Amino acid sequence: MDLLFEFLNTLKNTVVDVLPILSIILGFQLLVIRKPIPHIKQVGFGFIYVLIGLALFLLGLEKALFPLGKMMAEQLTAPEFIQAGETVLTSIHWSDYKWVYIFAAAIGFSTTIAEPSLIAVAIKAEEVSGGAINANSLRISVAIGVAIGIALGSYRIVVGHPIHYYIIAGYIVVVIQTFFCPKLIVPLAYDSGGVTTSTVTVPLVAALGLGLASTIPGRSPLIDGFGLIAFASLFPIIAVMAYAQITEAKARRVEKKLEKRKRIKVNKRNLKQIQKDSSNES
Amino acid sequence: MNNQIIVFLKALLGSCKDLLPIILVIAFFQFVVLQQTMPNVGDILVGLVLVVLGLTFFIYGLEMGLFPIGESMAQAFAKKGSISWLLTFAFCLGFGTTVAEPSLIAVAKEAAIVAASGGIIADTVESQLSYANGLRFTVAFAVGLAIVIGVLRILRGWPIQYLILGGYVVVVLMTIIAPSWIIGIAYDSGGVTTSTITVPLVTALGVGLASAIKGRNPMIDGFGLIAFASLTPMIFVMMYGMVIG
Repeated sequence: MDLLFEFLNTLKNTVVDVLPILSIILGFQLLVIRKPIPHIKQVGFGFIYVLIGLALFLLGLEKALFPLGKMMAEQLTAPEFIQAGETVLTSIHWSDYKWVYIFAAAIGFSTTIAEPSLIAVAIKAEEVSGGAINANSLRISVAIGVAIGIALGSYRIVVGHPIHYYIIAGYIVVVIQTFFCPKLIVPLAYDSGGVTTSTVTVPLVAALGLGLASTIPGRSPLIDGFGLIAFASLFPIIAVMAYAQITEAKARRVEKKLEKRKRIKVNKRNLKQIQKDSSNES
Repeated sequence: MNNQIIVFLKALLGSCKDLLPIILVIAFFQFVVLQQTMPNVGDILVGLVLVVLGLTFFIYGLEMGLFPIGESMAQAFAKKGSISWLLTFAFCLGFGTTVAEPSLIAVAKEAAIVAASGGIIADTVESQLSYANGLRFTVAFAVGLAIVIGVLRILRGWPIQYLILGGYVVVVLMTIIAPSWIIGIAYDSGGVTTSTITVPLVTALGVGLASAIKGRNPMIDGFGLIAFASLTPMIFVMMYGMVIG
């Protein structure tokens, strides 16, 4: 009974969040386009499914994953865990936080795999590219990008480097990759930076950043706690372009191999022909 | 009917697979690294079932409702041929979906606390509220503008890399002159703007437009709207910081 009540409450919040989008769509459809929506019944049911799905998803996250994930982020960054038994950190070395980096990478990867908006974009990309881009490979590349991004972002908070050095360096890598990677992937790669950080990733990552920034001496949770999301949106761009470059390089290698084989075959055929000719002549 | 059940069960299995990594990570850290038992096992199991069901419903509804409506609107606008209405729609979609975005509201509130504790604004509830609202509307305006630029790009067929890389240059330049307390918030604001419902809608809109217009490739021209929506907020939030500071 409690669960049902909680569900209805979450559903209500989801509907309120979606109301602006819904009114914009309906307003433009009725006043500007002035045509009935095609397959209105199906679209209506689709919207209802999306709302119910999102509400269930959020409620489930609140119940199962967020409390546990946030508690873990707190425990892993707590001084007692970092320096056995100490309650206040005195001198820290970046390597004291090895479990934090591993946790950051693992939680970044796994939450990105479950991110609904990334699933949506991946489905669309596979459909539009006619299967040339595989939805699962795309999601895994993005997830690897987020994992590296959040781990590196945690390292930055621990050592206290200014954020813009990292972001600007990342931009430079993106610029260089843009010129060398297959043109088809570029817009999708840029998009994948924005879709990674939503429902699942943000709350857990924010807890991690806050936990780190509030326990390390000299860091302010209010200033250093920000910035992990920026890392999580930059590195997937690099990862997706790298995925496309690797796939292309592999395809090229296979092509070369096939060509070589063909050439050998042709040579053999030529040889046979010559032998035949010479035997005919004699 | 039987067929539908099989489709649903397949989708359910897919959602379980999507969730498996999180469960493994949490279990590993809980048992092996932190060496603790699982608290409230019942609650967690119920929660996991809800998450799996929710993801399944969401993806089901996505292909039934969100993708088709985005594409059919894109085609209707392309047929109508009115660029000004299309751009108005683009702006409203970007602005309207962002201004009410819960994660943006949360970030804006935290940013207001930072600003108040740093002495940038007066430490009163009112000034914090007006600062947070200012930030929210700045980001929403930036996203509206981003979708407009992105749609214009699709219509004209401009190559995306010059626009995005140009945007990066602006971000870097602004970083040099903007007050340092706004930079972390500005960089983060790019990531929080795109919600779970906006992303599929905007993607379908872009792909729909690119396929409705002759000479555009849906793969090259259709994607990229979200990239703009994560770039412009950074620039505008830094501007906002410069105006306030």
